[in-house]
Amino acid sequence: MTLFALSKKHKAARVLPGFGITLGFTLTYLSLIVLIPLSALLFKTFSLTWEQFIEAVTGPRVMASYRLTFGASFLAASVNVVFGLLVAWVLVRYNFFGKKVVDALVDLPFALPTAVAGISLTALLAGNGWLGQYLEPMGIQLAFNPNGVAIALIFIGLPFVVRTVQPVLEDAEKELEEAATCLGATRWQTFARVIFPSIAPALLTGFAMAFARAIGEYGSVIFIAGNMPMVSEITPLIIISKLEQYDYAGATAVAVVMLVISFVLLLLINALQAWQRRFSGAAV
Amino acid sequence: MSGAVSLTVRRAQSGTTEPEWVRYTLIAVALLFMLLFLVLPLAAVFAEALRKGAAAYLEALKEPDAWAAIRLTLFTAALAVPLNLLFGVAAAWAIAKYEFTGKAFWTTLVDLPFSVSPVVAGLIYVLMFGAQGWFGPWLQAHDIKIIFAVPGIVLATVFVTFPFIARELIPLMQAQGNDEEQAAIVLGASGWQTFWHVTLPNIKWGLIYGVILCNARAMGEFGAVSVVSGHIRGQTNTMPLHVEILYNEYQSAAAFAVASLLALLALVTLVIKSTVEWYHARDSKDAADLPPENPNPQAALA
Repeated sequence: MTLFALSKKHKAARVLPGFGITLGFTLTYLSLIVLIPLSALLFKTFSLTWEQFIEAVTGPRVMASYRLTFGASFLAASVNVVFGLLVAWVLVRYNFFGKKVVDALVDLPFALPTAVAGISLTALLAGNGWLGQYLEPMGIQLAFNPNGVAIALIFIGLPFVVRTVQPVLEDAEKELEEAATCLGATRWQTFARVIFPSIAPALLTGFAMAFARAIGEYGSVIFIAGNMPMVSEITPLIIISKLEQYDYAGATAVAVVMLVISFVLLLLINALQAWQRRFSGAAV
Repeated sequence: MSGAVSLTVRRAQSGTTEPEWVRYTLIAVALLFMLLFLVLPLAAVFAEALRKGAAAYLEALKEPDAWAAIRLTLFTAALAVPLNLLFGVAAAWAIAKYEFTGKAFWTTLVDLPFSVSPVVAGLIYVLMFGAQGWFGPWLQAHDIKIIFAVPGIVLATVFVTFPFIARELIPLMQAQGNDEEQAAIVLGASGWQTFWHVTLPNIKWGLIYGVILCNARAMGEFGAVSVVSGHIRGQTNTMPLHVEILYNEYQSAAAFAVASLLALLALVTLVIKSTVEWYHARDSKDAADLPPENPNPQAALA
């Protein structure tokens, strides 16, 4: 009885039309484009026995690619946290000539096709490139080895950190900083004890987003990596080369590992964002 | 006397900003980082493209395979963007305007394609429609090609650009609430009229923003398309794939010539995006400046 009354009340609350058709279309489209194809991946894995699966995802070449992919992604995301915070800080707090252009340019890695970024970074850093010709004689080789992978991933990940930290810095209350100064804090203490804690959740979210994107990145990396087995081969490339050898089951097994990792990272990012919202909500 | 005054002013300011030398150092380091990582790669594209002169540049773009790649890229985006626009608006309407069970879960799933590696995105369509895939035998019996053909490219592109418009619109429509739409319905507007005259003007900037980003990614996607395309010159090569082929054949100038078109697309995207942000900020400022009893700018004009 109460249940009936409740559901009736629930129905009555929907004044706006179109719930059935929009939700129906959304779920159908989501299933057709995303969910059913992704489930094909899982079903294909079941054609392998457990031993075969483990063998496919822990082969020495695959393990080397995990180390490179995760290591370079972690390094790149860390660099992005430092410089992303710096760029966001400079854009929010200071005025300088050309600030609007710099602000717009931050999104370049989102807008520039990854293949273009890849060949362009390679052209810059190769032995005969604009930068490479000066670095190589000094013994610094940044292209065709794991360094190149990290550099491409730094390029790809920069906007994530800047764009998550920037709005938080903009909303930060100057009164808190004034209070800290009045209470005798130095500028550095104010930054470390007042400003930094309020932007830490956003920084962590930006790190996780840059890291997640870096793990799956393919286009910008393969041109600059050199793609030597065991040395500079990233995990997405392993999937491609297994596919080219018609090892569909092996490619699928590695892809499942990557899919699980990206799903875990997606949940982590969602949780971080929820934490960040609560955090800034509590501060007000 | 004046020295004492300026000293006090400086002390007062120093509470919320840094000494001048710190400010200039931070700005310099940030700009140097941006120069090295963003400006130089962008400049290198155009410099490398024009290395053999303007004539060779135009020649590379007029080549039939390049032309076919440009056409295929435009065609793919022309299908993928409207499809995801339709989905984005429908999903945002369903998610932002109503409460239903599992909403948070479905919203997370909308974001899923962003976190899937492009290579995996291509692979799943190979497993569905490839020769050994679920529908492979049936498709072969009916002589339909999806993988290593244009439909596969469109599907992979739709997948990677799937969340762009939805994720712009969902938070925007959630923030705006249902009040205006409910008022319109109560005053006798049909659902379609309500959407067209009330909702759409409110979300137009977010919509344009999402469409632009979606388009940029659709035209520039490499990994997912590379898996399903089969790299048939003149038939299944999009612009980014054509760039790769030329580059691997050591036709560097030609590769960068095609790449420069994609870089131009990126620059245009950034310009439109900044303009949209500027208009959006202006509109919200106008709305905030209106007297509180009349918060809707459209109503104020009428």
